[in-house]
Amino acid sequence: MLAVATLVFFMIRLVPGDPIAAMLADSGGPEAREAMIRRLGLDQPVIVQFWKWFTSMLQGDLGASIYGNNQPVKTILLEALPRTMSLAFLSFMIALIIAVPAGILSATRKNTPTDTAVSLFAFLGLSMPDFWLAILLIIVFSANLQWLPAIGYAPMSEGIWEWLKHLILPSIAIGTGFSAIIARMIRSSMLEVMQADYMRTAASKGLPIRVQMLRHAFPNALVPVVTVIGIAFALLISGAVVVENVFAIKGLGRVLIQGIQNRDYPVVQGAVLVVSAFFVLSNLLVDLLYAVIDPRIRYS
Amino acid sequence: MAEIILEDLAQPDAIVRKSRLRAVFGRDRKAQVGLVILALFVLTALLAPFIAPLDPNEMSLNMMSQPSANNWLGTDDLGRDLLSRVIWGTQISLLVGVSTVALALVAGVALGVVAGYYGGWIDNIIMRYIDLQWAFPNFIIAVYLVAVFGTGLLNVIVAIALAFLDDFARIARSMVLTLKEEQFVDAARVQGFSDARIMFYHILPNALAPLIVQATVSVSYAILGEASLSFLGLGVNPNTPTWGLILADGRSFISQAWWLGFYPGLAIMLVVLAINFVGDGLRDALDVRESEI
Repeated sequence: MLAVATLVFFMIRLVPGDPIAAMLADSGGPEAREAMIRRLGLDQPVIVQFWKWFTSMLQGDLGASIYGNNQPVKTILLEALPRTMSLAFLSFMIALIIAVPAGILSATRKNTPTDTAVSLFAFLGLSMPDFWLAILLIIVFSANLQWLPAIGYAPMSEGIWEWLKHLILPSIAIGTGFSAIIARMIRSSMLEVMQADYMRTAASKGLPIRVQMLRHAFPNALVPVVTVIGIAFALLISGAVVVENVFAIKGLGRVLIQGIQNRDYPVVQGAVLVVSAFFVLSNLLVDLLYAVIDPRIRYS
Repeated sequence: MAEIILEDLAQPDAIVRKSRLRAVFGRDRKAQVGLVILALFVLTALLAPFIAPLDPNEMSLNMMSQPSANNWLGTDDLGRDLLSRVIWGTQISLLVGVSTVALALVAGVALGVVAGYYGGWIDNIIMRYIDLQWAFPNFIIAVYLVAVFGTGLLNVIVAIALAFLDDFARIARSMVLTLKEEQFVDAARVQGFSDARIMFYHILPNALAPLIVQATVSVSYAILGEASLSFLGLGVNPNTPTWGLILADGRSFISQAWWLGFYPGLAIMLVVLAINFVGDGLRDALDVRESEI
């Protein structure tokens, strides 16, 4: 994570181009430029800038936005984080609700119309841009049926239903692609496990097919599935960045994109750092999950 | 004579894989459908100036009109013909998809092959950078780089290519680590071939299968990435009709004009679906396991 933070800091400084000119957007003369340089501490050597930024970051200080009322970046991000986490959590739940039964059904009914339907769903889910699905959902459920709101976010303090109804459509938009990846992996992993000797033993004991699948095959098929979930978290996060902008939810993704549009580099830097931390920690969690689902895996 | 035999040794899997490719691809319906759809999109991109009914940026008073005989996919809020815009959008999508992956493939494979072949400190330096990049979701890297470089076609291509570079480097390195211990590499060394020739002429052709599959998958992700960047206003020039940009422009009007939010997305989905079908067929044909990519 420290290396990630270092890269975030240096990437913006090492590439060609003039971020100050970009931030000023050609407005303001040399005085404004000098003032901006001094305010951001860019008149100091890069290594000094890095040390100051790094030590401040470790204390939770990510600087202040250069746009609007110069809010601290930390405040902006802390406001946005619960929204993105709510969205990611719900998208993940929706993905699991779709993917687990679809994957198991597809594996147990290999080469049947059910398997073909799941496979087609998976291909469509993988190929459909999440922001397009978001637009389609808005056309159907918000503009025409008027069942769910098309924009905005309500915190849980306003009631579970208020929170949920603002997040259902964006979560479906993000979760569908995610579920396609997991369903495909569950299918292929289950098919592999179903060839194992212990499955033949379970069948010869006369266990019902449901018990064979849910108690014996599925738990053993989970390790590769969890690996894919870890990798696909990137998709979830990328999806959140785009879909938050469709539904005007001021989560990390919207903060990031607005930061870029406003040329607010401290906010962009902070948002990228937090999004990456979210990704790294999710993957760490997935690694720890291995030991839970497979007792043979131990971390010393 | 000995040289001919040793040269043959250097290509053990390539011929087998070529015939498998023909055999499996010949009977994979999904891959065939994908190829046909993809071919249609490529033709559309190449023939855009001839088949687009109108100038994609030509405005008219016929604003937000429904799909009709005159405007097959309707018009947008500025009276521009949606079909013409979608047809021209094909060019940018395919151009970005193919060029980003070509760039990422060349740079990533070069890094991965060198890291795997030489090992030691060279491998350490390259792989620490790749590990670092692995800590960021690809799309976030692309967004961040566009934020730093600025928008525009070239910047978008470079940003997405850099974001995908680590995938190719990892695959190439792991393939080289396995292949460099093979007899045909020893045979090439015995003949006194240079390291560059051994790496890129003898080892690389045998590591191509997973790279080809990854490249196909990456083209679809690159197309989705470009569409997402354009949708967020971080893509190519705002006057260039791209599928993502058309969707972003039409977003405010979808409650009155559903076609603005439907057809450009359908085009993205169809081309990505076609590529995924072909990619899946290639994976089966080249016998590449999921774990290899």
